[in-house]
Formats: sequence, C-alpha cells, structure tokens
Amino acid sequence: MEQVSFTIEKGEFVILTGPSGCGKTTLCRCLNGLIPNFYSGDLTGELEVDGVNVEGKSTAELATHVGFVFQNPENQLFSLSVERDVGFGLENLGVPRGEAIKRVEWAMRATGVLELRDKAPHELSGGQQQRAAIAGILAMRPNVLVLDEPTSFLDPKSAEEIVAVIAKLGHELGLTILLVEHRLDIVSRYADRVVIMDGGRIQLDGAPREVYNDQARLIGIGLPRVTMLAHLLRKEGFNLSNSITVEEASNDLRRLLLDR
Amino acid sequence: MISVRKVSFNYPDGPQVLHDVNLEVKDGEFVAIMGENGAGKTTLVKMFNGLLKPAKGTVAIDGVETKERSVAQVSRDVGLIFQNPDSQLFAETVTQELGFSLRNFGFSEDVIQKRVTSFLHLLDLEQYATASPFVLSGGERKRVALAAILVWDPKHVIMDEPTIGQDYLQKERLRNLITQLVSQGKSIVIVTHDVEFVAECKPRVVLLSHGTIIGDGPAEHILTDPKLVDQASLKMPQIAILMNNLPSADRSREIIDVYSARDFLLPRIRTGTGTTQSPQKVA
Repeated sequence: MEQVSFTIEKGEFVILTGPSGCGKTTLCRCLNGLIPNFYSGDLTGELEVDGVNVEGKSTAELATHVGFVFQNPENQLFSLSVERDVGFGLENLGVPRGEAIKRVEWAMRATGVLELRDKAPHELSGGQQQRAAIAGILAMRPNVLVLDEPTSFLDPKSAEEIVAVIAKLGHELGLTILLVEHRLDIVSRYADRVVIMDGGRIQLDGAPREVYNDQARLIGIGLPRVTMLAHLLRKEGFNLSNSITVEEASNDLRRLLLDR
Repeated sequence: MISVRKVSFNYPDGPQVLHDVNLEVKDGEFVAIMGENGAGKTTLVKMFNGLLKPAKGTVAIDGVETKERSVAQVSRDVGLIFQNPDSQLFAETVTQELGFSLRNFGFSEDVIQKRVTSFLHLLDLEQYATASPFVLSGGERKRVALAAILVWDPKHVIMDEPTIGQDYLQKERLRNLITQLVSQGKSIVIVTHDVEFVAECKPRVVLLSHGTIIGDGPAEHILTDPKLVDQASLKMPQIAILMNNLPSADRSREIIDVYSARDFLLPRIRTGTGTTQSPQKVA
C-alpha cells in the first residue's frame, strides 16, 4: 500500500474493491492491528478506528471496537459446536452469561445458523461456516465491522441474504461497515460509497453510480451486469442513467422501448 | 470421458450426500456443477480423481473404474483444483510449487523448466516466480494452485470454485483458458456459485440439490428456469431478470449475458418493436 488516505463516517456502509492483489486485504489487516502485530513489514502513517489510535494497540484491545470477518471461514472456526463458536468471543470479552446466551441466540438467528447450533463447524458446508463466523462477530456487537469477501463461499441466495442482514444490522445498530467484495451486483444497492484500489493506492472513491465508470472497468472491476449494459447502450447514443440495480435498469429500458 | 453411474455416497456415520447420481462428461465438454451450499458438489467432484470412492455405483475415467486404481494413478488423468488453495500449496516458491508434480512424474529438468515458465505466463504469475505462495493474495494463490495442476497436462480438469477472489480481468483470463483447454479435447468441470461467470461462459449446467441432479442442460436454459434456480439456491443472472422485466420478454427469455442483451435490444430500441408485448413477471 502507498499513500492510502480515507475516512469512513460512523454508520457508513463502504465497499472496498479492486483487482486481486491490489492491497484490499492488507488494508483490512491494518484496521484491526493484525498488521503490524502479526505480519511483519514497514507500516507508516496514522490510523484511527472507532476513535482509537491503532498504533501500539493489541489486536485483542481492538477486537471490542472492530469485528473482522475473514475470506475463509475455516480460519476462524475451531470449537466443537456452532453455538460455542459463536459464543467464544463473548466469553473472552467477559460478557455475563445471561446476556451472552441472548446475544448468541440472536446472532445465530440473524445469520440463519440457529438450527445448526449443535453441529461441529467441520460438518458444515462452506456457506454455513461463513454464516457461523459472521454470527460470532455480530454477537460481540462491535461498532465497526470489516468483512473481507464474506460471501465468496456462499451460494447466490445465501450471499444475498447475508449481505441484506449485514446492511440491516448496519442500519439498525448504526454500525460502520467496510465490506471487501467483488460481487458488486449483490452489494451495490446497500453501499453509501465504493472505494476502488489498484496497485496499492485508492483510485476511485464515491457513490456507486459515480465510480462505476470506464476507469473502474479498465482497472478490472466486475461492474454489475446491468451497469455494463447501460455503458454499452450509452456508447450507442442512448440516454440511460448509470443503473446499479436491475429495477433501475428495467425502468430505463422500458422507457426507451416504449417511447418510440 | 468422465462417467458416473448410479452413484450414492455417505461419509462414515454421516447422512447420505449423493443419491443415485448419473452423469457423463464427454471429452472436450465444459460442465458447470451448481447448487446450494451443502448440495454435494464438492463430494461429487472428489470422486472424479478417486479421492473418494462411491459407496454404491461406479465412477469411470476413460472407461476405467476409479475403484481399480490409486488416487495417484487417477490424478495423472484428472487434475482436481481444490476450493481452498491452502489445502494444496506447500512449496517454498511458486516455481517450486509448479515443478513439484512434474519431478514426481519423472519429466526431465529441461521440460520442467519450459512447462513451468509457460504456465507462470499463462496464469499471470511471472512476477511471483520466486515468491512464497503464502505471501500472495487469496486470488493469486488460487491461480498458483490451478497452474500447479495444469502444468502436468491432465486429460481432464476439475476446478472447485475457481472464480473466488478473482477480479473481472482474471475471470476473463480464466474463461479464455477454459476455452483453450476445451479445444484441446479436455473435459472441464467447474463447481461454482458464480452465476454471472456461468452466464458469460455458457457451459452445460448440471444442477445438484440435496445430493440429486435436478437439472441438466445449456446455461441459457437452466439459469432462466425460475423454479430450478430457486430450488438450487441460485439467482438468475442479472441480465435474465432484466430481460424478463421488459416488453417482448417472450423472445428474450434465454438471454443471460450483457452482449447478447445489447444485440437483442439495440434494433428494438431503434425501431420501437418492444411496444407490442406486455411485460412478463419474474418469479
């Protein structure tokens, strides 16, 4: 990463995307102190998360401020049952038992793993594992949630459900969310902002419909297919907005087809 | 040819994962196996290289049953790239990773060097030749895992979720690579949730749900069937949903990718022939 500067306001839902190897995961690891605490390297600059200066803080201290969901759920599940896994973080935080049980139940319900509570993580499919991992983080109710491609292992329907749950929780609890994603077709409707990185730098930063432009396409961003179609038709001289959802694109095209 | 006949499977003391599955993948055919989380997709493809043997039924590669051969023997013909690259990678450098199997198979150092160089290039990994696979990003590690299998030129290639962590340009590369492999007469099977990738590649799609094949046919057909798509926990491609929302939907029902949509829509927008039909509802 080089010269990365940005601010995310409290309660904002921000998507971070960019080509593979562009520095997305590296940036996320800085936010919860994994860098420099667990990965060696040279880190300069200033970083504040949830009002806390990250420098010199342990990853454990930061865990109460920022919850982190990894790309691969296998890396963060280890207990004998889903329920214990979801409760593990709370136990470590010293949350009273009654409250912990309530939160675990709530988090498992929110992510759709309630009926899997007694299963061992290795008995679950990749998608179920990721839902359990997200539940464990949600249960700690951090103010900031960083999710590194959390839908990668999910089937499309589950992916859409999880993203909707994340957005809803973000909205209801005022969570600040940084979501690393390639599947912009699913997540764009929820995003206040999209930050696009390439070559370790931030290249574009703005509302989805503003940044889903030719530059983004050339960087190699997989724009929502309806946005790509709008680009193609605009090139042919038709007046279409930069739709980011199927609904918008449908309205635009219906108008074009029926106006003639 | 990969031939699966009446295969059922359960893990020891576990529930049944596959029920009476029949599937044939011909040489030079490209198949995407899709279905909900836990449908049995990964279990099924682990049968193709002999990692798992069917409890009932047979799996045969080019006419020889996998039961009669070791995993090492079957793997020479069937390369399986795991969903999680970390299950596969272990060498100190990317170059060593790619050369490992070739050395095992007894290729000469000269051939090894040529093949490794060529596959580093093919998978856009040249700049990481001397790097440890473990310092690479998730998407890059997946490409190393893919290169490490393709390098020994297996007759059939199975990829479990190859697009995870890949950006759009890398997916384009992967699509071209698959086309190239198919044209060499290899059977290519991918397991994927990536509906948009499938919409662009348009392979034959086999839908697996709760261990049973519930659909098998061209991508355009399967991915636009609302009932099947829902049953397998998939979503229709965005373009398919969009086309269904438009007038003249009857003629566009099987359009699933951006470029076909443009080609279909352009003349209709220009002449206004979209006005005669009423919109069709999407399930």
